[in-house]
Amino acid sequence: MTWSIENNRCLRCGGCVSVCPTAALELKDNVIYDEKLCTLCGICEKACPVEAIKVTTQ
Amino acid sequence: MNDVIVIGAGPAGTACAKKLAENGFSVKVFDKRAEIGAPKRCGEGLSEASQQFVGRIPERCIAQKIKGARLYAPDGRYLDAILSEGGFVLERKVFDKWLAEEAAKAGATVQANTFISDIEKDTRGYFVGVKGEFLGNEFKEKAKVVVCATGAESPLRNKALGVFSKVNLIDSCLQYEMTNVDVVSDLIHIYLSSVLAPRGYVWVFPKGDHRANVGLGIIPQEKKPKAYLDEFLKLHPEISKGSILEVNAGCVPVGGMVKDMVANGFVLCGEAANHVNPIHGGGIKEAVMSGQMAADVIAECLKKNDVSKKALSKFNDIWWKERGDHLKRVEKLRETLEKLSDGDLNDLVDALKPEDIIEFARGAKLSVLAKVLMRKPRLVSIARHLL
Ligand SMILES: Cc1cc2nc3c(=O)[nH]c(=O)nc-3n(C[C@H](O)[C@H](O)[C@H](O)COP(=O)(O)OP(=O)(O)OC[C@H]3O[C@@H](n4cnc5c(N)ncnc54)[C@H](O)[C@@H]3O)c2cc1C
Repeated sequence: MTWSIENNRCLRCGGCVSVCPTAALELKDNVIYDEKLCTLCGICEKACPVEAIKVTTQ
Repeated sequence: MNDVIVIGAGPAGTACAKKLAENGFSVKVFDKRAEIGAPKRCGEGLSEASQQFVGRIPERCIAQKIKGARLYAPDGRYLDAILSEGGFVLERKVFDKWLAEEAAKAGATVQANTFISDIEKDTRGYFVGVKGEFLGNEFKEKAKVVVCATGAESPLRNKALGVFSKVNLIDSCLQYEMTNVDVVSDLIHIYLSSVLAPRGYVWVFPKGDHRANVGLGIIPQEKKPKAYLDEFLKLHPEISKGSILEVNAGCVPVGGMVKDMVANGFVLCGEAANHVNPIHGGGIKEAVMSGQMAADVIAECLKKNDVSKKALSKFNDIWWKERGDHLKRVEKLRETLEKLSDGDLNDLVDALKPEDIIEFARGAKLSVLAKVLMRKPRLVSIARHLL
């Protein structure tokens, strides 16, 4: 199970941060990911306007 | 020690800071952006009437003056709603800086490029300051009240109050600022379609000299805004012939206004509290109003030397009375409209009168929509449902 972001697709809009229920994401120069807080729910992937985030559950 | 620290120099934060500074309180505003207002994350539309709260907007912040809105049905027919007051398409990068200047001139200190990483609490459970970083140097600073005006994009609101945006209550948006496009330049253009922009709409907001913000917001789903925007552009050669000057994205809350925006020594305002108009996603005016209402309550609490949750909760009461109940009605309106098929929308635009559009934008009651729907036989059943 992994969370990943393609920084060359990401537009730094912070949409993923706004919907994250566990405050696992933060927008600085790039999106910062806190593995300890993430539950891999995939909501950020859904919100992202540009397919920058991938959450795989296998 | 500062009286107030404001996190975020968007319209909410600077409006709040300005009002507090005018009342003689010491205020610091921190924003992580190297340049306040940039990158923009906005269609930049604002009604002229908003100046009642924002103040008189200087010419340099205005890209284009607007007479009204052109609303397009899915079948391409349209209706013009000419507003008595009109509106603006702003230059947000200039506008946000102007608002920050206004706060600074009133006596607040504004500092860009300052990332706030945490909000600190004392042993009594009061928020008492922030932890931040300016040009590589970490610092801590204390205040009697911390205002979180970070917009929706910060985890601080979640860490402090457990607030985040529900994914079904955001519009996921992509926008191109384009040049060399041909559209009527003194109207904003709104395209409705349940197929081309499910739940949301496509907008073309002219910025003068053949420039325009061309964007769309949709309910989040597997198919992304870019695919929808590309489809729209394919159908509109008068726009797609242009060039892309900027790519902007964002997720704007179109519902889920936060019920309880305060804690001991802490206030959430603006888009951070999902204070956005749920029918069109406009958040500038709401942010300013929210920031100002927060400032009024904070000023009163500081004067009385009581910044407890109980004292600050007057902000909840005032905001919900002045804005929340109204925006809740607007949300209901959107919920009804989003169920309409393209056929229904064609009929709706056909049945609309210009003054209806103006009333909807202001947040008309459901009964007004019902009255419009009653004009079309196939929409009557939806209308009955509303009454
Ligand atoms: C695509 C799109 C189009 C839109 N179009 C329109 C429109 O046409 N008209 C309209 O009225 N509204 C529009 N909106 C909504 C509008 O842009 C926002 O609602 C409005 O900017 C909210 O103001 P705010 O001050 O609450 O937050 P923001 O303007 O988001 O300001 C928050 C500030 O806080 C800063 N910040 C965040 N976290 C931190 C931190 N940790 N440390 C320091 N600083 C931080 C940010 O850098 C930012 O400058 C649109 C939104 C989107 C996404």
